[in-house]
Amino acid sequence: MIESIEHIVKEHRFFAGMDAGFVALVSGCAKNARFDPGQYLFHESDSADWFFLLRNGSVAIELRDPARGAVTVQTLHEGDLCGLSWLVPPYRWTYDARAIDLVRAIAVDAACLRRKSEADPRLGYDMMKRFMPPLVERLQAARMQMIDIYGAHG
Amino acid sequence: MADAFSAASIADPMIPRVARVVKRRREIADVVTLEIEGGAFDFAPGQFNMLTAFGVGEAAISVSGDPANSARLVHTIRAVGAVSRALTELHVGEPIGLRGPFGRGWPMQEAEGSDVIVVAGGLGLAPLRPALYRLFAEREKYGRILLLFGARSPADILFRDELEAWRGRLDIEVVATVDHARGDWRGNVGVVTTLLSRAQFSASNALAMLCGPEIMMRFVANALLERGVAQERVYLSMERNMKCAIGWCGHCQFGPVFICRDGPVFPYSQLRGLIAKKEI
Repeated sequence: MIESIEHIVKEHRFFAGMDAGFVALVSGCAKNARFDPGQYLFHESDSADWFFLLRNGSVAIELRDPARGAVTVQTLHEGDLCGLSWLVPPYRWTYDARAIDLVRAIAVDAACLRRKSEADPRLGYDMMKRFMPPLVERLQAARMQMIDIYGAHG
Repeated sequence: MADAFSAASIADPMIPRVARVVKRRREIADVVTLEIEGGAFDFAPGQFNMLTAFGVGEAAISVSGDPANSARLVHTIRAVGAVSRALTELHVGEPIGLRGPFGRGWPMQEAEGSDVIVVAGGLGLAPLRPALYRLFAEREKYGRILLLFGARSPADILFRDELEAWRGRLDIEVVATVDHARGDWRGNVGVVTTLLSRAQFSASNALAMLCGPEIMMRFVANALLERGVAQERVYLSMERNMKCAIGWCGHCQFGPVFICRDGPVFPYSQLRGLIAKKEI
């Protein structure tokens, strides 16, 4: 049986408890996506047209350094949100996202969701409340990584 | 009545006995494990010894070996100062001074019947390893066992062979994460606190043992409390500059407690008001 995108969106933990009308609005911007191991979901400096909600598999968030090559700074897993750069201008990715294994995800058209959020601020506010927790968690994690807690002083 | 602090009772714990290094293993770049023999070494998981590098000085080092093996004492040491560096440079056959064991260890008995969450960061895995050996040896006494381990990079993962062997067991869950990695690392990348959100355990019947950088323990302890684990059931192993190891000198005083005598393992409920205070 083929699941409808609306059902898939509704079942994803990121949208837990979302009003059915909002689920329908989000689903209108969403589609299924699949990435093979090693395939990139997006690259740094590309236009952030889509973001992804992972259903299966893991994704490496990478920064490229000329001396060290690709450095993974975070891995994302089932249930996680992949991609935040679509939220703020200039809507360009600031890192690469690579599928570590087979990844299945909900891909959301960022411009479509931004447009619907502008038209219905209640949807925009609901979305903001959903995006803030992972944003804050990642900021906190980045702070801990920045101070190198496992260094000789740790 | 004999005074608990009489000269007779205070003389012995201050005099090191002489043992010998029988095995030396480099774990990672600046960390060495020494195996020592020279008598019986009974200890509880989480306790520490004062080790002497003769002619250099003495340092407090947690026991990292199996408490079931009292014939051989194991210590894992990171070279961070003159004494610890001298200890890591000892060779097989050389003498080493030893006082101990000291302090209160992990609450192994209290953990019985509970889900046990072990969270280690960096070298913090060493003081937890005796507890893990005990948990594995008496597996039937505990509920779910989770080991969450964080390190700076894949090259900094302590006891990697053992971690991989433990991960192969079907009766424990082992998750390692690093702060950053090259592209060939297929494991998890992210701070150790992020592992907790996916960890499966019964918060109402869980006991946590944390050891690592203090900031890591603070954040993990708070994350556990958010998950519903009681603060009396979250235990931290604290580190301060210990000298006498028996609560006399005050070097390791932490507010109203001495880390050496009253710890190094404390319930978070005892430290929560102190650990975030920068004045202490």
